[in-house]
Amino acid sequence: MGKPEAISAIPAVDSHALISRLRAVLPSPSLLALPEETKPYECDGLSAFREVPLAVALPEDEAQVAAVLKVCHEMRVPVVARGAGTGLSGGALPNPLGVTLGLSKMKRILHIDPLARTARVQPGVRNLAISEAAAPLGLYYAPDPSSQIACSIGGNIAENSGGVHCLKYGLTVHNILKLRVVTIDGEILELGGEGLDAAGYDLMALMTGSEGLLGVVTEITVKLLPKPQLARVVLAAFDSLEKAGNAVANIIGAGIIPAGLEMMDKLATRAVEQFVHAGYPLDAEAILLCESDGTPEEVAAEIERMEAVMRASGATQIRLSKDEAERLRFWSGRKAAFPAVGRLMPDYYCMDGTIPKRKLAEVLKGIAQLSEEFGLGCPNVFHAGDGNLHPLIMFDANVPGQAEHAAKFGSRILKLCIEAGGTITGEHGVGVEKIGEMCDQFTPDALETFHSVKAAFDTHGLLNPGKAVPTLHRCAEYGQMHVARGKEAFPDLPRF
Amino acid sequence: MIEQFRDTIRAATSAGRPLRIRGGGTKDFYGVSLHGDILDTRGHRGIVDYEPSELVMTVRSGTPLAEVESALAEGGQMLAFEPPRLGAGSTIGGVVASGFSGPRRAATGSARDYVLGVRVLDSAGRDLSFGGQVMKNVAGYDLSRFVAGSFGTLALVTEVSLKVLPKPEVETTLAFAMDESAAIEALNRWAGQPLPLSAAFHVDGKLAVRLSGAGAAVSAAKTRMGGEVMADDAAFWTAVRDQTHPFFAEPATLWRLSIRSTAPVLGLGLQAIEWNGSLRWVAATLPAERVHAAAQAAGGHATLYRGGDRSAGIQKLAPGVLALHQRLKQALDPAGVFGPGRMHPAF
Repeated sequence: MGKPEAISAIPAVDSHALISRLRAVLPSPSLLALPEETKPYECDGLSAFREVPLAVALPEDEAQVAAVLKVCHEMRVPVVARGAGTGLSGGALPNPLGVTLGLSKMKRILHIDPLARTARVQPGVRNLAISEAAAPLGLYYAPDPSSQIACSIGGNIAENSGGVHCLKYGLTVHNILKLRVVTIDGEILELGGEGLDAAGYDLMALMTGSEGLLGVVTEITVKLLPKPQLARVVLAAFDSLEKAGNAVANIIGAGIIPAGLEMMDKLATRAVEQFVHAGYPLDAEAILLCESDGTPEEVAAEIERMEAVMRASGATQIRLSKDEAERLRFWSGRKAAFPAVGRLMPDYYCMDGTIPKRKLAEVLKGIAQLSEEFGLGCPNVFHAGDGNLHPLIMFDANVPGQAEHAAKFGSRILKLCIEAGGTITGEHGVGVEKIGEMCDQFTPDALETFHSVKAAFDTHGLLNPGKAVPTLHRCAEYGQMHVARGKEAFPDLPRF
Repeated sequence: MIEQFRDTIRAATSAGRPLRIRGGGTKDFYGVSLHGDILDTRGHRGIVDYEPSELVMTVRSGTPLAEVESALAEGGQMLAFEPPRLGAGSTIGGVVASGFSGPRRAATGSARDYVLGVRVLDSAGRDLSFGGQVMKNVAGYDLSRFVAGSFGTLALVTEVSLKVLPKPEVETTLAFAMDESAAIEALNRWAGQPLPLSAAFHVDGKLAVRLSGAGAAVSAAKTRMGGEVMADDAAFWTAVRDQTHPFFAEPATLWRLSIRSTAPVLGLGLQAIEWNGSLRWVAATLPAERVHAAAQAAGGHATLYRGGDRSAGIQKLAPGVLALHQRLKQALDPAGVFGPGRMHPAF
């Protein structure tokens, strides 16, 4: 876990002048500047980091967004865009010298086109609200991050959010068609289009997952898919992590792309079972949840194949959801894994590395060793189908030093992921949390390229400064202790 | 090879001479103009890593597409976006650089959707890696998908990791006699239902729809949709995919319009429809402004794909978006060595 980068490059602004200029462009309930008003915005889902912004702007429409950005651009004030504040990497952590731009008032579903299967929405619309609105038409929006009842589509764009079903249906970047974006100088751009691709460079790919560093999204056109008629889930238990890992490889090797393929280890299974009573086998070293969806014919045929592969891979127990209620019960445990772990210890720290699936057993062994070394428990849940791990490091922040200890443990896990050929973040973003580990994953040249891209959008570096991409200066400080990909990081840079 | 490429790029950068990155040259017909000394990627070939259960292949950019596809076929897998094979020499680097996708695109996604990571040399000759070999990766800006479709104007792609998918168990094709308007309506209606559609092609009053998936699902859909089962459909879809179908053979000028799938018949001339209505090919010599305006009115854009007068550009970008393209080109290729003018006269 890193610390937010020093924001020394941007000088402090006369906050009275800033607020009076913002007042001129926003209706009064849309500008919060009193400490008791701005305090609720001090953190996002990563509450270990807190900062209070100079002001919070809550525009009601795109014109107000553009006006706020123009003021901030002219006065050289940092801007941190914020959706629902559910992010787990501190991407929406306020800048103490800046404005937090909350998009929560822009929450209208503007249009649903049932025949073209698209929805045009504002950024503050909740992810699940899109699927709810499309449900009467037999359609839904596929990406389903676990926070989908609360998280906003604008935030999903910023983080390129995934979810349990993204192995089969893709990430946010695969499910959006068009964006309206306001740049830092207040210009409005339309990117993408209502067709499947757009002219010129793929700016949609660049914007998606850019963590609020390139522009502010004010309108999104998403793709809607026909709702599968049926879904059923196979629950399989294994007496070793290796066997469960092999079962995952065998399913995919057999040419099956499950709608969801999730794994939980013994610690996680036990934590969850006490909490939700999903009926999980408690003696298993690992359980797999493997979902099939589609027409009844498709599901029947696929389930049969899934069960055969599980059996051949050494499953000690296989259960098939017999109805929708049981399917939801099987999933309830997986979905409640975080709060269930939260019941066992006062605090937990959720990691988000992704690795090639064949390295699963090796990396899990490494995590278990680290768990012993650090003396902190670490149940594991993961999106096994796409190798995205969520180790949950348990600690007690009231014990002095334990939060820092947990952060160090987390950093070591991320290093294991990089060494295994993976990445430090599969779906939660870098934010402030993993800014240090970015120096391990990328070379200074690659980071410099990111900074050039950023400058093409935002010359003065005002949009969400200090997040997502570390400065080389920061990496030099961080790099004293780390060795990136077998080479010493930044040998040419002076050490501070 | 990387060293050799690096020397070539550095020499070009210091001499201020543009480079034209080229694989098999099967897409030389495309673009505004071709400038520069050819940098041939074909010496840099070979599959670096392929493990079917990972659903990922990592391959050097000069590798022939045919070699990639035959390795995948051995693993029972495929490039799900069905890149058009516009000639025997097509390389995987060219596939990624063009970003072209084939008939399965509306069902499974585009070339860039399947890009997981790239290794590139930039115009300073720096060896950079973005993305990786894993399905989910949100560390840093998504430059790997961004370079897909950039026609060698931003960097030299030396290696690419692609997500691959299992081949469908069964494929069958249904043929219908329908005019354009009815076909657009039917395709959109079907696409809103849970049917295993994987391709559509309409021309000349005939609509062909391909179904792919589990045997049971395909036969259930067949019963539900009606139509005539097409014999020898694999050859038909190969012709559509590789643009050897008679529709593509004749026209001197070919426009490609990517628009709202439900947009009514455009009335611009001889037309073929793909991607459930969202891709319209128009084979006619027309004033560019008229085609761009029609595409824009239908929520999308037009490309002068082949032939015609391309000197003023093949696509139209809004002024703010064009300016951003120029800044990005400048940011990633400050020396301006990579394929200037290939995509647009202004960058």
